[in-house]
Amino acid sequence: MTAGPRAVLRHGFDRLERILDRAFGPDWNPLAQLGPLGWFLFWIVAVTGIYLFIFFDTGVTDAYASVTWLSADHWWHAGVARSLHRYASDLMVVVMFTHLIREWAMDRYRGRRWFSWITGVPVIWFVYLSGITGYWLVWDDLAQYVALTSTELLDSLGIFAEPIARNFLAPELLSSRFFTLMVFLHIAIPLLLLLLMWIHIQRITSARTRPPRVLGAITLGALVVGSVAMPAPLGRAADLATVPTRVDLDWFLLSLYPVIESLPAGAIWAGVAGFTVLLAGLPWLPPRREGAAAAVFLDHCNGCARCVADCPYAAITLVPRSDGLPFAHEVEVNAARCVACGICMGACPSSTPFRRSGELITGIDLPDRPLAALRADAIAASGALAGAGRVLTLACAHGAAGAAPGRIILPCVAMAPPSLVDFIISRGLADGVAVAGCAERDCFNRLGVAWTRARFARERDPYLRARVPRERVLTVWAGPSERPRLEAELSAFAGRLATLPAYENLRPLGDDEAAATPTREGGAR
Amino acid sequence: MTGPRASWLGRLPQIALGGVLILALVLGVATLSARPAWQSLAPGIALVRLSLTHSGARNCRDRTADELAKLPKNMRSPQVCERRRAPVRVEMDVDGHSVLAADLPPSGLAGSGPSRIYHRIELPAGSYRLDLRLSDDPATQGFEYVAAFDVDLHPAESLAVDFDAASGGFFLH
Ligand code: HEM
Ligand code: SF4
Ligand code: SF4
Repeated sequence: MTAGPRAVLRHGFDRLERILDRAFGPDWNPLAQLGPLGWFLFWIVAVTGIYLFIFFDTGVTDAYASVTWLSADHWWHAGVARSLHRYASDLMVVVMFTHLIREWAMDRYRGRRWFSWITGVPVIWFVYLSGITGYWLVWDDLAQYVALTSTELLDSLGIFAEPIARNFLAPELLSSRFFTLMVFLHIAIPLLLLLLMWIHIQRITSARTRPPRVLGAITLGALVVGSVAMPAPLGRAADLATVPTRVDLDWFLLSLYPVIESLPAGAIWAGVAGFTVLLAGLPWLPPRREGAAAAVFLDHCNGCARCVADCPYAAITLVPRSDGLPFAHEVEVNAARCVACGICMGACPSSTPFRRSGELITGIDLPDRPLAALRADAIAASGALAGAGRVLTLACAHGAAGAAPGRIILPCVAMAPPSLVDFIISRGLADGVAVAGCAERDCFNRLGVAWTRARFARERDPYLRARVPRERVLTVWAGPSERPRLEAELSAFAGRLATLPAYENLRPLGDDEAAATPTREGGAR
Repeated sequence: MTGPRASWLGRLPQIALGGVLILALVLGVATLSARPAWQSLAPGIALVRLSLTHSGARNCRDRTADELAKLPKNMRSPQVCERRRAPVRVEMDVDGHSVLAADLPPSGLAGSGPSRIYHRIELPAGSYRLDLRLSDDPATQGFEYVAAFDVDLHPAESLAVDFDAASGGFFLH
């Protein structure tokens, strides 16, 4: 592993997440649930916002009075709702940027996965705009500060007929129409944000938009306790005859305001534009090299749609049969979305290394790493194993495993069809098979860990056959900073295998099975 | 495998520890949600803002009798004017020191719109004399509109200087 900034950051996340794994359990680890938490926080903000609107007076003269009233007289419900509304929005900023940095560190934003990244960029601005318009509505001195600073910045663009900052020049110039516009924007912008968040997850399959129930409950509970313990403050009433000098700034949603004050407007606009363009360009700076998209071999496809269900990137669609074979459907791969993870190949019922006659072809395969080569890799890797307790490892390229003899590195462990494990053990290529994937809390290819587990547990097709002795199969989920644990588990496994009696159902490899040549990536190195 | 209920009941320690961690995060967020305060304007400073919209003069001349005769009857206005307006000259002095002297170009692509300005001046609280001058026609010498105000600014006061030609020129809000 190269020690670039990404690798450093990725290790940092991995270490921190291991601590949180212990505190929360891997399935409730908040750092592995940032996207779902973002959605959850959005809904908290939306519901509390609707509730606040019942008590809020949308007129510019009465807005502040209504907020004072709901924060004091009705603190135990409306006041708490107000604090929840604010703190959940703030937390959303934290979650959003942590999510952004983490997706970058995990390298899940480049190549054909660019879509979620690009659509995430406008989400940032809509989160900010939602917050800014919200602070405006309270019409306290902070709101006045926000109104003044924002309109002066907007006026610098010179696109408004009348400088909008004039609205805040003097008390008698304050227009209630302008305030009504802000109320409207504070509803419209979050609705657009919701639309953007929905678009954001359109190119991934079964996106997690809900955190695990307990994690959601803990988060909501903590927000409620925090809201009661530290109610959101309220400034003095706005007064346009004075200028706000010292404001209790929200350093999450309004942190740009001190910057806006200290730099010329042109620099701010250039900064905003530059940041946006640079961020949006990151997936191509530099792009990721990816293998060729999965290819379908209709002669071996019966249209069962397992690959459609298993592809994490919504890259496969079920379409009507085109070749006259007596099946209703076939599948089609959208090459622009396929990241060449190979999970579809691992899902296809035709992907079995046991076939003896003819070429080893399956229903859907990776041109750069076909099933035939994978089988050849396994046979070659087997040659590097010797002694008692031989372990052949199928390792994920994004987990803890480095290259080693007897190890096959795959884009995702779910690329290996369960029958490959059966094949390795029953052909005596090794005494046991270890599957070493990403850390359990979060898979590089989103669903690889989940599918592998479900296949091995015989809960999801294709099942790992019952005849495969489970004591000869090990799964290890380990992140990049857990190499020592992985190696320890592997050698303990080898030790256990060495004590087992020889496998009784051995059916040695036929000459015809050993034919294909291994690929460069895999096999013994 | 036990049911989902039992599975989380068995994890009460994780729920408690996780809850404490997230509560700590929420309290940290709540703290930064209003602290530390930001000093936007130093204490003891007042803000004067000059904001005005006024149209500069157009360059016009009388039509000759010949020209008028060529026009249809209903279009015989006695003058022709250029679309572009003249820039508006604005000057402001505080206690005799110039703080603003600008020629404000007309707005609009054709330069046919009014000239505008929005200008902030930060001043320490105290008494000042503000002198204001405006000229909307470069053809005339000097300034058509002149005003002077003696003001006493309190800390954090916001004073707006506005302009309305119809009511005689500069005025304070
Ligand atoms: C509060 C705002 C955001 C929310 C609620 C959100 C939500 C989500 C969700 C639910 C997922 C899918 C997680 C999964 O099921 O695997 C996701 C993935 C992702 N998000 Fe966001 N996101 C937000 C902001 C952003 C931003 C600002 C960026 C970057 C500019 C970003 C980049 C990504 C990337 C790269 C992925 C991974 C897609 C993949 O696996 O191929 N997100 N986000
Ligand atoms: S390799 Fe298969 S599962 Fe992976 S993205 Fe491409 S089509 Fe989807
Ligand atoms: S899993 Fe295989 S057989 Fe089933 S639809 Fe996909 S390619 Fe066809």
